[in-house]
Amino acid sequence: MSSTIEQRGRSWFHALAGAATPLAGLPASLLVADAELAGQPVRYLAVVADAGNPFPRARNGEVGLLEGWGLAQAVDQAIEADADSPHKRALIAIVDVPSQAYGRREEAYGIHQALAGAVDSYARARLAGHAVVGLLVGKAMSGAFLAHGYQANRLIALRDPAVMVHAMGQAAAARITLRSVEELEVLAASVPPMAYDLDSYASLGLLWETLALADSGRPGAEDIVRVQDCLGQALADIASGPRDLRTRLGAVNRAASAQVREMLRAQW
Amino acid sequence: MHDANIQRLLQQRSFTELGARQRARALLDAGSFRELLDPFARLESPWLARQGIVPQADDGVVVAKGLLDGQPAVIIAIEGAFQGGSLGEVGGAKIAGALELAAADNRHGIPTRAVLLLETGGVRLQEANLGLAAIAEIQAAIVELRQYQPVIGLVAGPVGCFGGMSIAAGLCSYLLVTREARLGLNGPQVIEQEAGIDEYDSRDRPFIWSLTGGEQRHASGLVDGYVADDVEQIRGQLLALFAKGKPALERSRRHAWFLERLQGVDTSVQADAAAVRSTYQGEQP
Amino acid sequence: MQTLSFEFPAGQPARGRALVGCVGSGDLEVLLEPGTAGTLAIQVVTSVNGSAARWQQLFERLLRAQQLPALNIAIHDFGATPGVVRLRLEQGLEELNHA
Repeated sequence: MSSTIEQRGRSWFHALAGAATPLAGLPASLLVADAELAGQPVRYLAVVADAGNPFPRARNGEVGLLEGWGLAQAVDQAIEADADSPHKRALIAIVDVPSQAYGRREEAYGIHQALAGAVDSYARARLAGHAVVGLLVGKAMSGAFLAHGYQANRLIALRDPAVMVHAMGQAAAARITLRSVEELEVLAASVPPMAYDLDSYASLGLLWETLALADSGRPGAEDIVRVQDCLGQALADIASGPRDLRTRLGAVNRAASAQVREMLRAQW
Repeated sequence: MHDANIQRLLQQRSFTELGARQRARALLDAGSFRELLDPFARLESPWLARQGIVPQADDGVVVAKGLLDGQPAVIIAIEGAFQGGSLGEVGGAKIAGALELAAADNRHGIPTRAVLLLETGGVRLQEANLGLAAIAEIQAAIVELRQYQPVIGLVAGPVGCFGGMSIAAGLCSYLLVTREARLGLNGPQVIEQEAGIDEYDSRDRPFIWSLTGGEQRHASGLVDGYVADDVEQIRGQLLALFAKGKPALERSRRHAWFLERLQGVDTSVQADAAAVRSTYQGEQP
Repeated sequence: MQTLSFEFPAGQPARGRALVGCVGSGDLEVLLEPGTAGTLAIQVVTSVNGSAARWQQLFERLLRAQQLPALNIAIHDFGATPGVVRLRLEQGLEELNHA
């Protein structure tokens, strides 16, 4: 059974990609299609729940072995197809990933390497001149987000309680840090990087834009147009900016990240 | 020269028993070690103290410039004894920033190479989202630097390499491990918490080592070198890997090969060490 | 966690600086730097609450045996026993002599 949250990625994929034919030859847990946005070629990518996933720990939209390597393939294919073109298609990662897959098969067969495959392709795409945008429509958790979205030039998040960025689910985080969930919540209220809400995350300066929609879960025509406009603006912004991730530095709540780099440069 | 040789012999010793700073010093050419943002720079975590956790002056990351075989190098060493080698904002920014500067060197014709000494559980949960963001930037910087020079990761132990940093390890041009190393995405405790004890028993150490230990990772082709816990042998292997230059195709780019192999896996049964070796090497151990 | 400050009379400023230890379980990190002439200033950040008297005694005992140069000492303690603390302090002072 998939909950409604886990279908957000699928809903937004269909809303944005429209009638475009999904790319064949990928795991069923990946939806990938080429379309056009703001007059530019784009490739939409989403990881979705697949009850028939051969890996049982990756059936609810988790990023597992097949998803990591499959994303790597889908992105790499775009890099190769556009290698000689001055107009490289943009890559839009629709992010609704509850977690990486936690399981014995996953560790044994090297899920870390599969996720590295996805990160590798997204990062190389960005360096090759593809605009990469992460559109956060649901959960963006930990290793799953690293593999699918976090290498983007720009991150856009829908303002909705179901949209959440974090390194670990609360229960597991409590166990590992030897605190209760209640204690963690108290701490999170005064320590923005620990919090699970989007405003705290936004205060870290990692998001380029946030959008409040009428219904983030079941996008209507007006919401879709607003997201498309925002994506178009992001593409224009990327075209005039650097290919690295430096635009993420600058928030007061991330001052040390900038200070460390400045001091390193001075001592280098 | 004679003095230097004697010094070398005297230094022959276990690598895993060394702290992060000593490790970096031991691997760089003798006398070339220069630490950046050393502990006296007092760049401590801005987040730990307010949660009642004692910080460390270098936030658990040592960045040292120097020479490796006479070539400009930066060694980045994570201190596994401090907060399990977890990465927070400052430590993460030290690693990302150093790799970014090494890439900039290369763009300007200076062939700076990088070695990562990985002893880490991944994101420091007390700085959760800033650790995660830093790891994304570390990964970006590895991919960028790797275009110019090999980036070599070493997992020596005893902490091992987990979480987002295991993904970073997977991006390296080459990976070296010892018998004391473990390499995996999710820590055993977290898998047990999320998937249950039947899936993963975090207290069954032989089971965990059989799947994620250095020997198994090497036998499965998921790392490039398996080396004894000895400073000189590790240094020797590092230099040999640098001498090979960049790999023809990094492991993290081999999606076609891995997908083909994974399609042949019988996922109706649980995985064990032998099945993984056979899948990835095409032969029984 | 608790932050404690101590001051003791001292000699002339030390010349070098030194770092020993690590903020690992049962261990501590000690940073020693030249201080203001006549003053030994020690700041302790410790994971063990209510330990001020124990640190005071430990420093007094250490100083009974020797006159130290003027230093700023910063300690990050992660539950080290008095024996480990003394060992680290002596290591740090020893390293200063070689700095």
